[in-house]
Amino acid sequence: MTYIRPKFRHPELPKNKLGYSVDYYEGALSTLCAGCGHDSISAAIVRACYEANIEPHKLAKLSGIGCSSKTPAYFLSNSHGFNSVHGRMPSIATGANLANRDLIYFGVSGDGDTASIGMGQFVHAIRRNLNMVYIVMNNGCYGLTKGQDSATADQGSKNKSGNVNLFDSIDLAGMAIELGASFIAQSFSGDKTQLVPLIKAAMHHPGFAFINVISPCVTFNNNAGSTKSYDYVRHHIDATATVDFVPEMSEITTEYDEGTSKQVKMHDGSFVSLHKVAHGWDPVDRLSAMNAIHHARANNEVLTGLLYINPNSNDLHHLVQTTDKPLNVLTKSELCPGAEALKKINEELK
Amino acid sequence: MKPTDINNPEYFHKVVDCQYACPAHTPVPEYIRLIAQERYSEAYMVNWDSNVFPGVLGRTCDRPCEPACRRGRVEEEPVAICRLKRVAADNKGDVNKLMPQGPFKPNGKKVALVGAGPASLTVARDLATLGYELHLYDEQKAGGGFMRSQIPSFRLPESVLNEEVNYILQLGIHTHFNNYVSSLKDLLGKGYDAVFIGSGAPKGRDLDIPGRKEAASNIHIGINWLANVAFEHTKKIGKKVIVLGGGNTAMDCCRTSRRLGGEDVKVIVRSPFAEMKASPWEKEDAIHEDIPIIDNHVPKSFVVENGKLKGMTFEKVHAVYDEKGKRQLLPVGGPDVFFEADDVLIAIGQENSFPWIERDLGIEFDKWQMPVVDPVTYVSTNEKIFFGGDAAFGPKNVITAVAQGHQAAISIDLMCKNEDLHERPSPFVNLVSQKMGIHEWAYDSAVVVDKRYAVPQAEKKLTLADRKKEVELGFDHFTGFKEAERCLNCDVQTVFTTNKCIECDACVDICPTSCITFTNNAEETDLRIMLKVPATNLTQDLYVSDALPTKRVMVKDENVCLHCGLCAERCPTSAWDMTQFFYNVTKAGKACQQ
Repeated sequence: MTYIRPKFRHPELPKNKLGYSVDYYEGALSTLCAGCGHDSISAAIVRACYEANIEPHKLAKLSGIGCSSKTPAYFLSNSHGFNSVHGRMPSIATGANLANRDLIYFGVSGDGDTASIGMGQFVHAIRRNLNMVYIVMNNGCYGLTKGQDSATADQGSKNKSGNVNLFDSIDLAGMAIELGASFIAQSFSGDKTQLVPLIKAAMHHPGFAFINVISPCVTFNNNAGSTKSYDYVRHHIDATATVDFVPEMSEITTEYDEGTSKQVKMHDGSFVSLHKVAHGWDPVDRLSAMNAIHHARANNEVLTGLLYINPNSNDLHHLVQTTDKPLNVLTKSELCPGAEALKKINEELK
Repeated sequence: MKPTDINNPEYFHKVVDCQYACPAHTPVPEYIRLIAQERYSEAYMVNWDSNVFPGVLGRTCDRPCEPACRRGRVEEEPVAICRLKRVAADNKGDVNKLMPQGPFKPNGKKVALVGAGPASLTVARDLATLGYELHLYDEQKAGGGFMRSQIPSFRLPESVLNEEVNYILQLGIHTHFNNYVSSLKDLLGKGYDAVFIGSGAPKGRDLDIPGRKEAASNIHIGINWLANVAFEHTKKIGKKVIVLGGGNTAMDCCRTSRRLGGEDVKVIVRSPFAEMKASPWEKEDAIHEDIPIIDNHVPKSFVVENGKLKGMTFEKVHAVYDEKGKRQLLPVGGPDVFFEADDVLIAIGQENSFPWIERDLGIEFDKWQMPVVDPVTYVSTNEKIFFGGDAAFGPKNVITAVAQGHQAAISIDLMCKNEDLHERPSPFVNLVSQKMGIHEWAYDSAVVVDKRYAVPQAEKKLTLADRKKEVELGFDHFTGFKEAERCLNCDVQTVFTTNKCIECDACVDICPTSCITFTNNAEETDLRIMLKVPATNLTQDLYVSDALPTKRVMVKDENVCLHCGLCAERCPTSAWDMTQFFYNVTKAGKACQQ
């Protein structure tokens, strides 16, 4: 009886610009159920960080409690990590981000951790446009406590024991756009082609980048009648556009028909390149995004892809005008400039 | 690509690289697992059924399985398959009771076997149990052929050879030793229903350069000299010995010389060191015994003074390759090089020779005087006469002779029953799921990172003093176990059931060697590039599923799959299963084995 991941890797694994192959971004072996959507999202995060040439020590992963919040153990073993109290991950992220603005903050949460116990924290992190990636691994149930309906379970959706959910669901993407989030995307754990570029773009976005990922719970919510099962999601998926992330300084090589493709220039010079863009939707227009979200909900569709991006996003540090230098590296001489400086300030106030 | 037809046993057979590369297709992972479980007798019998001489081959096989071993593609060194075979042979219990028990009911047919080497002995073993009356002829005093005459005792102790030859002879074979067959026509006159010729390639190639005749008494043909040593006609050699040639016979000659009084023994070879035909480990063993290997030297003459051999002159050359990679040895210039020698052994190749076969027996010979033999059935142009081993297609090795012997035995049996020789029996194949429960498999799925273990050797001082003292000591139980654990169990196949798959990607994410990809289908050349890691090893197949609900297909590159079972472990619907695949070449008379 063994359950150990062998150490051998494919001998021809390519390396990224930093000289690391993808296995350098891996984590410990997952203890989630076999076939869990969360594991696919973990793999997408690994792939995105590898492709985006992220230095692992420049990234901090944060989570709360739940199946989803266990996953940071399963990716990026060489990065910083903080597993916080249930629903309180945004507070930890806020503190960490204020202390050291140089890291990429990668928050992982679930539908319980975000839409129930952590709702207050979640909405305020959006309101402050905290510079972080916030992924919700959304399976519509509480897997860790044996599959009760969560706040994101759709009304009328049937759980494994056949009970129908009576309550309307919280639409996290719809709420995020209402609250003014500057980057909103939706995806499906079973579609890495879409999810990986979304994660890369989210890491480049200066502000709160929210990705709601439908991630089927194979054990408790993959039954007929569930609206978060592999089959249901595959049958009801509708993408806003095909997403491609083009890093700064790279040439855009793919050509698409005029009118069906769009490039959104990001703050750092990178592009989000969108192809086969849905009719009547503009990624930088908040109203059209709201419209598309409501439309999809009315049609029982799972709208995926990039929903909205504000290319002129100003994050929390910009809003509160902190120094460019991270607070945690400020020395005594910078923090206590001395009597001379005090005198000068006092002079100015006269 | 079309979906892979896994109902064709050859697909999974090819995945078991070692077994596929073995001419006899011995079920290697099967016996390695038995060794790890210390079930040595059973491991021996798996071998015995397939390759007939496990003890001999565990010491002397050319090991085509090892370069093929998957482990060599994910790590540095293959599993020491050959030496594990020896572990089974060394540690087995009484296997006599596991072997076919005679007497066998006679079927009234008589078959003559010419030459008592591995090919003939294999035919004898396969046919004896079917009731054939078998007559084995050999000019030597005992069976074994070149396993006895040419493989020195320090590599293959006589006791090991005798034991394995006797397992066959005790099945009721009529032996005619010390009996050189000088006329096939006479033999045929004795009323045999079939004759199998496994007389080997008995003629050592000579080197006709100046001085050859004058110095004849100190110049020996390698294979003849080795035979004379084996049968104790030759007991010593001069202090200074030159061995010409770069094959395994040259290695055996030089190492034997060191044991018969040769102090300054050198191997001198035309080709560059790296291109010598000898197996790398045999070269290592020679060098270990203080024998220099001097490459890029072409022999020019034997130097004779006062009617006695003084040494040899050589021309120094270097290898030049044309665009097609064809090699030419060109002189580097400068004077010839002289090496002193009391004796010279010529080991530059061996040839077939059939002076005893009359040319009017309906056996067609080609322009090289080789019999025309069917490469599948081993029948000659005379329907009653079969060839196998070195006699059929020139010098190869023991395991090839055994493989051909099995096929020839099938043909002889079919011919005697008036059946079509080309209706070959299908292999015996079985697939058994290894799943026992969550995280529980019936095979040891963990992949160890151990490097290949070296086989210990006896002290040089002792081995050089005694020609019969075996150099290699073999693995002990513990090292044998550790080495056996390095086997990746490639016969435990990853079997994919398309209609169970929910495309959750769990297998893709867990696979340590990135073998699995779900993608749109394409032609093979395109598909190979589209995979998670491009499949550049074209000798390894792609396993392609039927179309899935998303219209994609599952594609698995077999190349570096570790058979660790994690895809099946992480599959929520058991669309992947680890299934042990047993493949065994069917032997004569067992076509209906089920």
